[in-house]
Amino acid sequence: MCSDPGQNMIRDAIRDKGLDAIVVGSCSPHMHERTFRNAAVSAGINPFLVEIANLREHCSWVHDDLEAATQKAIELVRMAIEKVKRDKPLTKISVPVTKRVLVIGGGIAGIQAALDTANAGYEVVLVEKEPSIGGHMSQLSETFPTLDCSQCILTPRMVEVHQHPKIKLMTYSEVVKIEGFIGNFKATIKKKARHINEDLCSGCGLCITKCPTKKKAYNSFEEDLAFRPAVYIPFPQAVPNIPVIDETICMYYKNGKCGMCVKVCDRGAIDFDQKDTMLVADIGAIIVATGFKLYNIDKKSPDSRYKGYGEYGYGKYRDVIDGLQFERIASASGPTSGEIKRPSDGKVPKKIVFIQCVGSRDDSKGISYCSKICCMYTAKHAMLYKHKVHDGEAYIFYMDIRAGGKMYEEFVRRAIEEDDVKYIRGRVSRIYEENGKYIVKGEDTIAGMPVEIDADLVVLATAMIPQDNSAALARTIGIPYDKYGFFNEAHPKLRPVESTTAGVFLAGACQSPRDIPESVAMASAAACKATILLSSDTLEREPVVAKVNEDLCAGCFYCKKVCPFGAIEVKDVKDLNGIVYKEVAYINQGVCQGCGTCTATCLSKSIELAGFNNEEIFAEIAAL
Amino acid sequence: MDKEKWEPKIAAFVCNWCTYTGADLAGTSRMKYPANAKMIRVMCSGSIDPVFIIKAFERGADGVLVSGCHPNDCHYNAGNFHARRRWDFFHELLDFIGIEKDRLQFSWISASEGKKFADVIEKVTKDIKALGPFTAYKKMNSEFTAMFPEIPEADKEIVIKEKETV
Repeated sequence: MCSDPGQNMIRDAIRDKGLDAIVVGSCSPHMHERTFRNAAVSAGINPFLVEIANLREHCSWVHDDLEAATQKAIELVRMAIEKVKRDKPLTKISVPVTKRVLVIGGGIAGIQAALDTANAGYEVVLVEKEPSIGGHMSQLSETFPTLDCSQCILTPRMVEVHQHPKIKLMTYSEVVKIEGFIGNFKATIKKKARHINEDLCSGCGLCITKCPTKKKAYNSFEEDLAFRPAVYIPFPQAVPNIPVIDETICMYYKNGKCGMCVKVCDRGAIDFDQKDTMLVADIGAIIVATGFKLYNIDKKSPDSRYKGYGEYGYGKYRDVIDGLQFERIASASGPTSGEIKRPSDGKVPKKIVFIQCVGSRDDSKGISYCSKICCMYTAKHAMLYKHKVHDGEAYIFYMDIRAGGKMYEEFVRRAIEEDDVKYIRGRVSRIYEENGKYIVKGEDTIAGMPVEIDADLVVLATAMIPQDNSAALARTIGIPYDKYGFFNEAHPKLRPVESTTAGVFLAGACQSPRDIPESVAMASAAACKATILLSSDTLEREPVVAKVNEDLCAGCFYCKKVCPFGAIEVKDVKDLNGIVYKEVAYINQGVCQGCGTCTATCLSKSIELAGFNNEEIFAEIAAL
Repeated sequence: MDKEKWEPKIAAFVCNWCTYTGADLAGTSRMKYPANAKMIRVMCSGSIDPVFIIKAFERGADGVLVSGCHPNDCHYNAGNFHARRRWDFFHELLDFIGIEKDRLQFSWISASEGKKFADVIEKVTKDIKALGPFTAYKKMNSEFTAMFPEIPEADKEIVIKEKETV
């Protein structure tokens, strides 16, 4: 039916028999509803007077009993006929579009999305919660499979974002509220107080070197392997290169004294009285790129749904570290200047054990999925270690090696064959300390025997999990998320960068574990989707929206309470003299998304959802 | 009625985004399930009025299935939460109005759970079969007609006639 001859058959039937509505018995409406609606339009019928009886996915493909299936098909067609008899012609709704994109998250995905959108000529607001953009990629030493220096390839893009005339960069800021709908969002962004005047600061860094709270706080950029003073820049290549004052440890906030930074700053940029400010921006499309964090056994909150790995001694032994900490140790700009030294005593480890799938693929720990990047980065870690410590030994415990990607498998083979990294297939049961060594007890499932290694350093490839506040952010934006907290795409195969909320797109590891090239590809795709949306001045929406019958409405406003989109307002009804005699619900058709929750809630049954009104559904029920 | 040959009639109210799409997936994956359930597509499980369900029973359904997106996975953010609250309450009322609770079943089926959809239909069909045909409404209808025989034929549901003509 969906072929050209099939569509012509429909058109001919409409013309020859003078039809005013049609029912197509075919595949799912999700496949070809648009095709048949267009066919109807070309023959002069309103597109919403087309109903589809799903005879393929819901009938012929799923039933073995031919007689029962035929009977069901007849009934499905009968239901569609009863519905179409009561369908009303509808016209699409046209709404204006604000030509500005909000990008949430300034990691590599957010940076790429912002640059692509801005280069297409649209304004971008890039919001990052940390004091600098760069995200996790800026923490990495080298990247697989090319062993490119991560910062060397990232920082030019960070600078480009900062200097781009179309990009408004808001670091140390968070999105607190999103209102509105596709093409017409209103975003409220909280700009946290840096206590430094961004217009005056030259980024000389004198305040940082003179701050007396030298090593008061853990440096989160260095994954707690180093310390920082109260006034700090996360890392030397930070964009923007403007410090932040940490109120929790600054002496001035503690006892009102000190003020050393004020004395040394010759530009007068220190502003202790600076307050958080709120900014409201009109936005047409939103790209969410909030990334991931690592499954952190040590710092998990008491109510965390994840169970830890106490048997590995993470958080107990200083030389049992995670992947990001190893990145910092291996990084030339890291706390050890790139020399591989273990955190506890600064000795060069001669034996390292890497353990993969810590958290990932482990139902008992609450994470069933594969974190995807660990096989590759562990191979990279072992390789980097062997390049720096030539007489060292590197062992990797693995479950499977998943190296799907261009040059990935070759990279792993290189680690095994050229760099002599020893892969052991099996799990580790326990790690304990003995004479300054960490005894790793595991099993070699290929040899079928227990293994014991006295390691100097243990690196755990912990799972990638969503950011802590991902669920709260999803509710703020109004997008669905899965049981882990990753944001859901609209279709797993065909709409991977769109959320189900129109006008909100996803990029990078906030959707599921992603490596850098995938994040960048997703970001460009999301930017492309956003620019498609912004390229027209108005956009057309499906007219499936709710409408109030004002004569019936009793003004209880239960509908207002249940509406997930805040589309329902109070409207005054006036008599001929202009005196208000009744308040009724009014549904803003631009905001309404057409879920129909209000129709079921309405006590006086005065709300009808276009295309799915009560009369139509009762008719379907009656035809069962 | 021959219990062996009798096949229950089941009305399934499903949301457009998750369960209907999940059913599509079951079809694309060629999973097999009984042909007893007929689906009525609505935009969101939040828009399913309890009256729809009562109406389905009145119109001869032996069982009703209501299915939507998983909590937090709603296309409309919160519709399924409203639905869940409504059903929890409504389920309790079913007993009161004389319909066995098991005749009305709920489930969350996402767009990727074709297998779950097939399993749920299988289970619901089995459960309803075990309960037997739903006759309370028909019985009540006949009692009602016996009590008020003067009700003119023309006032009786027009829809029934339409159904017969198709």
